[in-house]
Amino acid sequence: MELGGLIFLTSGLYMGWSLGANDAANIFGTAVGTRMVQFRTAAIISAVFITLGAVISGGGAAHGLGALGAVNALPGSFTVSLCAAFTVMWMTKAGLPVSTTQAIVGAIVGWNLFSGYPTDQEALTRIMTTWVTGPILGASISFLMYFAVRFILNKLSLHLIQLDRYTRNALLLAGAFGAYSLGANNMANVVGVFVEASPFRDLSLFGFTFTGTQQLFMIGGLAAGLGVATYSKRVMMTVGSNLFKLSPVTAFVVIFSTAAVLFLFASEGLADAMQSVGLPSFPLVPVSQSQAAVGSIIGIGLAKGGRNLNLKLLGNIVLGWVATPTVAATISYMALFIMQNVFMQQVYM
Amino acid sequence: MLINTGEVMAKKEETKKNGRDGIGRVFRSRTKALEMEIDQYLSYIDQSALLLGEALKQYFAGDTQRFEEKSAEVDEAERKADELRRNITHRIYSEMLIPDSRGDVLGLIETTDNVADVAKKVASHFGIEKPEIYPFLKEDFEELVDTSIKAAQELTLAVRAFFRELYRVSEHLDKVHFWEHQADQIEDRLKRKAFESPEIKEFSKRVHMRYFAERISLLADEAEGVAERLSISVIKRSI
Repeated sequence: MELGGLIFLTSGLYMGWSLGANDAANIFGTAVGTRMVQFRTAAIISAVFITLGAVISGGGAAHGLGALGAVNALPGSFTVSLCAAFTVMWMTKAGLPVSTTQAIVGAIVGWNLFSGYPTDQEALTRIMTTWVTGPILGASISFLMYFAVRFILNKLSLHLIQLDRYTRNALLLAGAFGAYSLGANNMANVVGVFVEASPFRDLSLFGFTFTGTQQLFMIGGLAAGLGVATYSKRVMMTVGSNLFKLSPVTAFVVIFSTAAVLFLFASEGLADAMQSVGLPSFPLVPVSQSQAAVGSIIGIGLAKGGRNLNLKLLGNIVLGWVATPTVAATISYMALFIMQNVFMQQVYM
Repeated sequence: MLINTGEVMAKKEETKKNGRDGIGRVFRSRTKALEMEIDQYLSYIDQSALLLGEALKQYFAGDTQRFEEKSAEVDEAERKADELRRNITHRIYSEMLIPDSRGDVLGLIETTDNVADVAKKVASHFGIEKPEIYPFLKEDFEELVDTSIKAAQELTLAVRAFFRELYRVSEHLDKVHFWEHQADQIEDRLKRKAFESPEIKEFSKRVHMRYFAERISLLADEAEGVAERLSISVIKRSI
């Protein structure tokens, strides 16, 4: 692979690093922040399962994202990815609600506008519908799970000390599921735009073929692992102690429900199984993990009678649907123009 | 009338014995051992109150020797509770257990210990000061002891429920408040009688009666204090 190819991949690696540092931290935030789970354990589980999820099931959501606009030149992929990352960074700094998923979608639409390729309206509608259904699904799952968990705990009458032990294990399992789902669903945001212009070739080792796309996903997974190792502890402590004050048991419900949402929108196996029995399947597209998590927290708020429901959270979600893609598309369009006309790079074929 | 504690104590001894046998079997699990220590600790708190009732029953009956024996048992129950409390605190910290509710649990364990402390002090003060209980006040004193012990017992039930059956805590807490209120009323009645009756000639003896009525009632007051704390912890623990 040429050196240029590697340089162009750096924006994707940065996105991967950011995924590990922020989104993975959301999974284990409460568990580590409340010291139910040690950071080292959380970091190892996150890194391993994000990579596994990305390599095994990452293709489905990436394909869904690819349908929106197949960025077909490496400098274009680099620019699109960088603009999405920049949008996330800038909006986070400005204190605005932001989602990587919505940023990458906006950036791709920006590429479509610039390159003149038509934006597949059907794919765009499919993706945008999931922005609404993702949080609603998260709220529904956590709502139901809250009652189920409460019923089971009342039935079992576990001693507080015993409950503590089971909760730790449950948090680890839900965390592993969360990390796997994150890798499976959101790795598309990281490396999805590089799939068409992938600089990797298929490798055959011991009779197994390791496709270029899988190599791309693995590198994304490793970048996420690096993000977990280098930066996520700080974020976990913030999530655990400041942002959402959840008890360890409710944290388990939120993590599991968020992971389930991401998994539903990423699993090709599940989609095939649903189609085979004649049920409508979930579209395989990247959904926002943070919005699914906020949806899940709202679900718990509703289950508790809706007294402490923070309506600002709902407003933030809606604002994110509009603001993030608009900003990302604008920045992407301008950056592609500069890349093409100032740096003389071919940003589309 | 004082509650008959003989049967209750026998049951407790049996539970304790089973518990000790049980500990050997389940010691493989550190957390299980801690659960048993907490259960045992609450049993000692319970016992200290019940034994105080037994001791005072003997005191009111004029059997000094039996009173001293029971009083020594109150001391022993309080000492064992103290020992277990230290173990539990150490274990929770050193084994990094229940990080989320550690503060509440330790606070609860600490304050519950006050009940045993009060029981020990009341027995000790009766032993040292040997107040003369006037016959017309005897029944009130017995009722006050009985009611205060009921408050303490309901408290230990509430604390047990906090650890295992959260949804049952409030029904026990309601009873703690009920018995504490009853104890207050009896205490008030007793003090009025002591100060209004011509049977007590010396002012110092009236004050002595008031003092002991207040000391016994303190058992219920302490129970209520812990109950207040517990009701907050319940809200925090409910998922």
